Amino acid sequence: MIPLSHYLIVGALLFAISIVGIFLNRKNLVIILMAIELLLLAANVNFVAFSHYLEDLSGQVFVFFVLTVAAAEAAIGLAILIVLFRTRRSINVQDLDRLKG
Amino acid sequence: MNRELLYLLVPLSCLVAALLAGFLGSRIGRVNAHRSAIGGVGLAFVLSCLIASDVFSGNHFNGSVYTWAVSGGTRFEIGFLIDPLSAVMMVVVTFVSLMVHIYTIGYMADDPGYTRFFSYIALFTFAMLMLVMSNNFLQLFFGWEGVGLVSYLLIGFWNERESAIRANLKAFLVNRVGDFGFILGIGAVLALFGSLDYQTVFDAAPSFADGTFTGPFGSEWHWMTLICLLLFVGAMGKSAQVPLHVWLPDSMEGPTPISALIHAATMVTAGIFLVARMSPLFELSTTALAVVLLIGALTTLLMAFVALVQTDIKRVVAYSTLSQLGYMTVALGASAYSAAIFHLATHAFFKALLFLAAGSVIIAMHHEQDMRRMGGLRKLMPVTYITCVIGSLALAGIPPFAGFFSKDAIIEAVHHSSTPGAGFAYVAVMIGVVLTAFYSFRLVFMAFHGEERMDAKTRSHLHEPPRVVTIPLVALAVPSILAGLILVDPVMDGSLFGNSVVVSAGPEGLGMTAAGMLAHAPYSAPFWLALTGILLAWVCYSWKPGLPASAAERWPRLYRLLMNKYGFDEFYHWVFADGARGLGHFFWEWGDRRLIDGWMVNGIAGAVGRAAGLVRRIQSGLVYHYAFAMIIGLVGLMSWFLFARGN
Amino acid sequence: MALLNDHLLSVLIWFPVVGGILVLASCDDRRAGRARWTAVAVSVATFLLSIPLWSRFDRTSAEMQFVERIPWIERFQIEYFLGVDGISVPLVLLTTLLTMVVVVAGWRVVQARVAQYFAAFLIMEGLMIGVFCALDGILFYLFWEAMLIPMFLIIGVWGGPNRVYAAIKFFLYTLLGSLLMLVALLYLSRAAGGSFDLLFFHHLPLSAGVQTLVFLAFFAAFAVKIPMVPVHTWLPDAHVEAPTGGSVILAAITLKMGAYGFLRIAMPIAPDAAHQIAPIIIGLSLLAVVYIALVALVQQDMKKLIAYSSISHMGFVTLGFFVFETRAMEGAIVQMISHGFISGALFLCVGVLYDRLHSREIATYGGVIKVMPVFAFFIVFFAMANAGLPGTSGFVGEFLVILGTFSVNGWYAAVAALTLIVGAAYTLWMVKRVVFGPIQNPQVAEMEDLDRREFGMLLFVAAGVLLIGVWPAPLLEIMAASVDQLLAHVAVSKL
Repeated sequence: MIPLSHYLIVGALLFAISIVGIFLNRKNLVIILMAIELLLLAANVNFVAFSHYLEDLSGQVFVFFVLTVAAAEAAIGLAILIVLFRTRRSINVQDLDRLKG
Repeated sequence: MNRELLYLLVPLSCLVAALLAGFLGSRIGRVNAHRSAIGGVGLAFVLSCLIASDVFSGNHFNGSVYTWAVSGGTRFEIGFLIDPLSAVMMVVVTFVSLMVHIYTIGYMADDPGYTRFFSYIALFTFAMLMLVMSNNFLQLFFGWEGVGLVSYLLIGFWNERESAIRANLKAFLVNRVGDFGFILGIGAVLALFGSLDYQTVFDAAPSFADGTFTGPFGSEWHWMTLICLLLFVGAMGKSAQVPLHVWLPDSMEGPTPISALIHAATMVTAGIFLVARMSPLFELSTTALAVVLLIGALTTLLMAFVALVQTDIKRVVAYSTLSQLGYMTVALGASAYSAAIFHLATHAFFKALLFLAAGSVIIAMHHEQDMRRMGGLRKLMPVTYITCVIGSLALAGIPPFAGFFSKDAIIEAVHHSSTPGAGFAYVAVMIGVVLTAFYSFRLVFMAFHGEERMDAKTRSHLHEPPRVVTIPLVALAVPSILAGLILVDPVMDGSLFGNSVVVSAGPEGLGMTAAGMLAHAPYSAPFWLALTGILLAWVCYSWKPGLPASAAERWPRLYRLLMNKYGFDEFYHWVFADGARGLGHFFWEWGDRRLIDGWMVNGIAGAVGRAAGLVRRIQSGLVYHYAFAMIIGLVGLMSWFLFARGN
Repeated sequence: MALLNDHLLSVLIWFPVVGGILVLASCDDRRAGRARWTAVAVSVATFLLSIPLWSRFDRTSAEMQFVERIPWIERFQIEYFLGVDGISVPLVLLTTLLTMVVVVAGWRVVQARVAQYFAAFLIMEGLMIGVFCALDGILFYLFWEAMLIPMFLIIGVWGGPNRVYAAIKFFLYTLLGSLLMLVALLYLSRAAGGSFDLLFFHHLPLSAGVQTLVFLAFFAAFAVKIPMVPVHTWLPDAHVEAPTGGSVILAAITLKMGAYGFLRIAMPIAPDAAHQIAPIIIGLSLLAVVYIALVALVQQDMKKLIAYSSISHMGFVTLGFFVFETRAMEGAIVQMISHGFISGALFLCVGVLYDRLHSREIATYGGVIKVMPVFAFFIVFFAMANAGLPGTSGFVGEFLVILGTFSVNGWYAAVAALTLIVGAAYTLWMVKRVVFGPIQNPQVAEMEDLDRREFGMLLFVAAGVLLIGVWPAPLLEIMAASVDQLLAHVAVSKL
């Protein structure tokens, strides 16, 4: 049987990849959305692993919640992205600094 | 009739007259306005005479009319003290005022502010009566400021003239400098005696005679000296004593009837009246009396010299008023209060006469006031000429005119006085006699004698003014001749003022009589000095008219010093007017605008803004910066959680 | 009738507020006439309602009268606690009197947002009366702060060109001070076991250090409001930008709230600290009298000049309070009332000129007496009152304060008495340049004299000034017992 720590390492790797994807990426907003999805997946891996390990089903139930939220969020994120592209003609992350103080 | 009501009626009739003429003047018309004003003041005069005769038959009165306020256990009352001193003042004030009212009908006939003028002078009479009839310091101060207000309004009566409105502001402010001392004096009286009522204060005064307090630099001060000096500062302001005299010559910007009423006969003598009224206090402080004496002597001398070089007919009379006020102050300093009030009364008559005569000349000359353009008016204006000569003789102190007795009484009193500085004062008043005679007859010779120096147009219109102008002249000439003769005996034996002035020891009641003084006159120095003065004036301005000019050329510095009136005006203007404005600008610019608003208020706002400016740079607006910051934060928090908390 | 008997103070506070809301309901400039008349009716009715306060007040008692006390927020022991004594009654009456004048003053001048303008004044009237009546700390604080809102709007909406700066400065300045007051109130409440009863605070024993801190916190709030040097700079700006009515209320009543706060809160709660800090306050007061008077002398803007004159006169009030002498304190309270009338009247006079030429610069005018003799009479009268001429109310306060101060310390009195000279100098110099002299500006020659409305309102205020000046006895009588009690209370140490 694969020990718990392996799952956790996979989760942590996924998490790290997604984080790096968020702040190293300077070009495309879509990649940030994908990285966020990956972030949630990393959390899901941990949920499932612990659920199995602790034999508690509520962790797997939570995964479904997270997936639903992730789907909704992706939909809204893509919608915002389209609007953004329409108004600014660009989805280049480096250009998106309208909230500059 | 109830006495209290009678007393109340005296000032109130003037007040009602003033309100009628002032507020309804445009509605009731000019004639009714002056009728109501003259009616009110005339009634006050008749009542004052009745009251005076009542007082001299021994009926004194001291009581309050109503309670103005009660605060901290002190009752502030409005009330009357009717004794010989106030009775004499009431008669003098209402008489001169009545004459001036009548004179005004002629003098102001063409002025658009006719009714306003009557309202003011009636109001003045009201305030002056409140002042002299008062039985406490509060009401005294009310009247004091009231006459100051009316004086302000009247000096600036022709309010389009820049010089007039400058003069009235100056008069008010210089008087306020005096009032500054006065109000502190009242404060000191209240602090020491716990009451503002004359009688209470005077009764308690002897027991506080030696009360002292420690002043600055550890010096010992007598309370009485402090109180008297502070009150005297007030008197100096109102009675135009050096160095607070600067406002009086400028006040000549007002119409001439005002100069006669306010700035010669009544208001300016309020300071003299004040000190005489406070005689029970002044008698307790030799220091204060010495200061009074010195200030008076200085005023007498300095102002008489300035009068020598003036060419404006009103200014000559104004400086002579200053000098005569100096005489009265000297008398006060020598503890000769009765003599001071005596001179005050005679001076009120003959000086009002001189002013009104000058006014009569001014009307005839179509508001020309320069004596160098007059001359030879004697034949054209005989009534004015004769009354003016009477006034001048009285002023110069030639027997048996009124001024002779009062001035001689003062000189004798100073001669016998033991107040420190009396020697100097004696010399000053003796020189003053020559100068007085000189400048008064200089005026007579320059204006009425010699060749006619006016232009042809003025000359063709010259004639004696109407009867409303000449009647007051004649009416004032009578007491200018007789007042001295009649009053001197009761004043000198002390029966006139009785115990309304207090003299602890000294020359009061020298035992002189009218007959004795007249008989003694040819052997006394003042008489011959006065004659010398007149003779000199005749030599300089009638016999050899070139003499004064050559004298001025010979001593140019002295001449300039006198023409500049010793530079008091320039000095005050420079130090106080410019100084205050400069200081104000400095405070405003540096204190309020830069220090408080600039550094503190807007400075704090600016500092917050600058701090925010630094912080806002962190807010780049780029998502990956925020994400990075989150990571850093997360790592930081987690490590703190693991390591710091774990241990 | 029972409502008027038992809840007179509540009626006085809430009647104008409700009236103001009613006026607001007709918020349409097409119905401006109705708003005006309603506003006048409400303000007159409020004044009439305040008369029983004067006539039924028991002058022999120093106790709080017309008391109303019901629990309000019981969890925090906050009460709806109202009451008046001899010190607050004259102030309440001053408020109702001057609100009437202000409503009349804004009659024709305000043409935009008419209903809102009058509503703001009426609501403010109720709130100010609330400040003078509240005896619960939180209630006091609420009225105190709520009153800022209408004033902020009056300056910010109907003000001059630089109104936003002035309104924000006014608001932040006063708010900063009041927040410290709230902290002090909360502390006191904890020390008192939860109650916010101001009268209970009066008898709360406090240590010297605590007293000093509490006093300083209150001082911050009240000194800004009075305003004392050096936290006075909001006042000239606020006055210059405020519309005439706003200036009148600001000078006449708002400033008095600060002075009132000292009497009702700071001094009795922290008497030892008050004594300890008194020399500093006296120093600041004397600084106000002299320094501010000199600053006033050089102002070119009439409103600024009168604003500085107000600060100088309020210096007399704080001086009178902190020498702890009956005459001086009574004089200071009279000075508060009198200054309300006189400064209000002077602002009205400037308003009259401003309505005609739209300039507040002294240099614009000159020779006004030629074309406006009736107006000239009034402005000279009020200027003289401002300079403290006997027979006007301005004299009574100054006289009593100087007299009372002299019996404590002659030097203080001497500095204070300088106002006789400088006060007259700046006031009369302004009068000289505005009213007298030849007409230099052709526009001045076109000006019309007072109309009936302006004449009426100035006459009304002038009558008040004269009445207090000639016969201040009733005013002094009503406050005597309360002032005596206050001074006796402050004289006893809490340590």
